[in-house]
Amino acid sequence: MSGTRALLEVQDLQIDIVSAKHRHNVVENVSFTIDHGETFGLVGESGCGKSITALAMIGLLRSPLVISSGSIRFRDRELRGLPERELRKLRGNRIAMIFQEPMTALNPVSPVGRQIAEMFVLHQGATWHEAERKAVEALASVQVPAPEQRVKSYPHEMSGGMRQRIMIAIALACKPDLLIADEPTTALDVTVQAEILKLMKELCSARGTAVLMISHDLGVIAKMCRNVGIMYAGHLVEQRPVEAIFRSPSHPYTNGLLNSLPRLGSRGIHGRKRLQEITGVVPSISAFPAGCRFQPRCERASALCATTQPDQADLGDEGYVRCFHHG
Amino acid sequence: MLRFILRRLLQMVPTVIAVSLLIFIIFSVVPGSIASSMIADGRGANDPELIERLNREFGLDRPVHVRFGDYIWNLAQFDLGTSFRTRQPVTELIGERIWPTLKLAIAAMCVAIAIGLPLGFFAAMRPGSLLDSITMVGAVSGLSVPQFWLGLLAMYLFALTLGWLPSFGYGEGGLRNLVLPALTLGVGPMALLARTTRAAVLEVMSTDFIRTARSKGMSSFRLVKWHVTRNALVLIITTLGLQFGSMMGQAVVVEKLFSWPGLGSLLIDSVGLRDIPVVQGSILVLVLCFLVINTVVDVLYAVIDPRISHG
Ligand SMILES: Nc1ncnc2c1ncn2[C@@H]1O[C@H](COP(=O)(O)OP(=O)(O)O)[C@@H](O)[C@H]1O
Ligand SMILES: [Mg+2]
Repeated sequence: MSGTRALLEVQDLQIDIVSAKHRHNVVENVSFTIDHGETFGLVGESGCGKSITALAMIGLLRSPLVISSGSIRFRDRELRGLPERELRKLRGNRIAMIFQEPMTALNPVSPVGRQIAEMFVLHQGATWHEAERKAVEALASVQVPAPEQRVKSYPHEMSGGMRQRIMIAIALACKPDLLIADEPTTALDVTVQAEILKLMKELCSARGTAVLMISHDLGVIAKMCRNVGIMYAGHLVEQRPVEAIFRSPSHPYTNGLLNSLPRLGSRGIHGRKRLQEITGVVPSISAFPAGCRFQPRCERASALCATTQPDQADLGDEGYVRCFHHG
Repeated sequence: MLRFILRRLLQMVPTVIAVSLLIFIIFSVVPGSIASSMIADGRGANDPELIERLNREFGLDRPVHVRFGDYIWNLAQFDLGTSFRTRQPVTELIGERIWPTLKLAIAAMCVAIAIGLPLGFFAAMRPGSLLDSITMVGAVSGLSVPQFWLGLLAMYLFALTLGWLPSFGYGEGGLRNLVLPALTLGVGPMALLARTTRAAVLEVMSTDFIRTARSKGMSSFRLVKWHVTRNALVLIITTLGLQFGSMMGQAVVVEKLFSWPGLGSLLIDSVGLRDIPVVQGSILVLVLCFLVINTVVDVLYAVIDPRISHG
C-alpha cells in the first residue's frame, strides 16, 4: 500500500448526458482527493449530481451518462478506461458502495445471508459453504442480533435500519479501501439514522476504510467527515475542512445550507433565526445558467456572475471556494 | 405450504359451483334441441310425435328447476349425465378425449417456453439489437396471425408440399401427428411469452438491487443467474399460467382443424347436435383445467417469491 499518495484522486471530472441530438453537462470540474482511512463528505441538495459522481467512481455510469474528461486515480491507478474485467475486481472488493434506498437495494427473493455470501464467492474464491459461514460473521459484525437465524431471512422481513445494516455488511465484507455511502441514512428514522452512522464510523475507523460520504444534510456530514465538498448543479463550489465550513462558510450556497440546518445549540435557544430555506430550486441539467450556476438563486449575484464562471479562490485553510463575492 | 395448497384448492369449490350454474342456465335458454338438430340434418322426420317422444326420453319435458336439481345432484356424484347421441356416460366420453387435449396443450406450451422464453431473454439482454428487433417483430406477427390460417399454412407446407408430417389425425398417438397441431397452437403463446419475458427482464434490470449487484463486482452472467432470473420468473409465471389456461380454449379451433380427437372437437360436434350433457360436461372440464392451472401458478408463485405469505 502506498503511504504517500492519496487513496483516491479525482481530477477535473466531467460527466455529460449524451443523446443523439444533445450533450448536456451534468458534472464539471470536480476535483477532490481522499486519503487512506479518511472520510470525505460530499454535500448538496437533491439533483446536484452527487450520485452520478459516486457512480463514476466505480465505473457504473450507464448510457446516456458518460465521463467526458478528467481522471479518477485509485491507488495510483487510472480507473477511466480500465477494462470492465479489471473494474469488476475492484468493485465491491476494493471500492464498495451503499445506496440510499434500503427498501429496494436488496434482492427481494434472495435470503440476506446469501446476498452477503456472494461477496466472498466473487472476490475471495470461497465455496458457498465457507461463504455462508463468513456471512454469519459479517452479520454479527454489523450488530444484527441472532445472525445464525437472520442469514435465512428475506429483506421484506426486516426493518429499514436492519436492511441498511445488511448493506453495510455486504459493502464491508471484503474489507474495501474505500466505501462510497450515497445518502445511507436519508430514508431512515432519525434515531435509526444515528445508530447507522455510529456503526459505519466505528467499523470504518477500526478497519482503516476510507469513506466518501454523500448527503444533502450537513448535519450528517459534520459527525463523520474531516473534509467536505459542497456541490451545486454539478460544480464543487467550496471545499474545506468541516470545522472551517461551520465556522466561516464562504460560498453563499454553503451559507444557505447551514442556515437551513436545524440546530440544537446556544444560538438556537436564543431564537436567533428561523430556519431559512434557500429560495428556488436546483435547475435541471438542460437549463444550467451561464456563468456561475448558483447565480439565479444568489443574493450576492452581480452582472459578472451571470456571464463568467468564477475560478477557484484559495482560502488559506487548505480549502477553496468558487465565488466572486465569497465571504 | 401444504395448508396453502389445500386452501387454494378449497377456494376453487365456489367457482366450480358458480360455473356449473352458469353453464346450465345458458343451455336451458339456447334455442334448439337434440330433436330439432336431428331434423335439421335430415336424420329425423319433422313429426311432432317423434319430437315429443325424444324430449320425454331425454327428460327435456320436465320443468327447468327439476332438471337443474337433477343436474346438480348428479354433478355432486361426479356424474355428468348421459350423451343424447351415443347414450354413453359423458364422463366416459370426456375421459377418452381429455388426454389428447392435454397432450396437445402441454406440447404447445413446451414449444412456447422452449422458444419464447430464451428469445425474450436474449432480446432483453441486448435491447435495440438486431436479435431484439427481429424477435419483437416476430412476436407481434405471431400474436396477430389467425390460428386456423397458420394451421392451414403449416399443413400445406409440411404435410402436402414437403410430405414430412401427416396433415391431420391422431395416428397411433405418436409424436409425428402431434408436431403440426402443437406448433400451430404454440405460436401465439410463444410470441406473448417472448414479449412478456423481454419486458420482465428489462424491468428487473432497471431495479435498484441490480445496481447493488453490479456494485458488488459480478459479471453479467452471474448477475443474470443470481439476481435476474428468479425475479423475472415471478413476473413471467402469471402470463405462463394464463396462456396455458386460454390455450385449453384455443385448442378447440386447432383440434377441429387437425381432426384431433380431443375435448375441443368433442365440444364442437356436440354443440352442433345439441347434445347438451356432453357440451355442459366438456365446458365444465375445460373450466376445471383452467382453475387447476391457476392454482398451480399460485403455488409456484409462493415457491418462487418469499414475499407471498403462506399463512
Ligand atoms: N440516467 C439519467 N438520465 C438523465 N438524467 C439523469 C440520469 N441520472 C441522473 N440524471 C440527472 O442528473 C442530475 C444529477 O442527478 P444525481 O446525481 O442523482 O443527483 P443527487 O444524487 O445529487 O441528488 C439530476 O438532474 C438528474 O435528473
Ligand atoms: Mg442521489
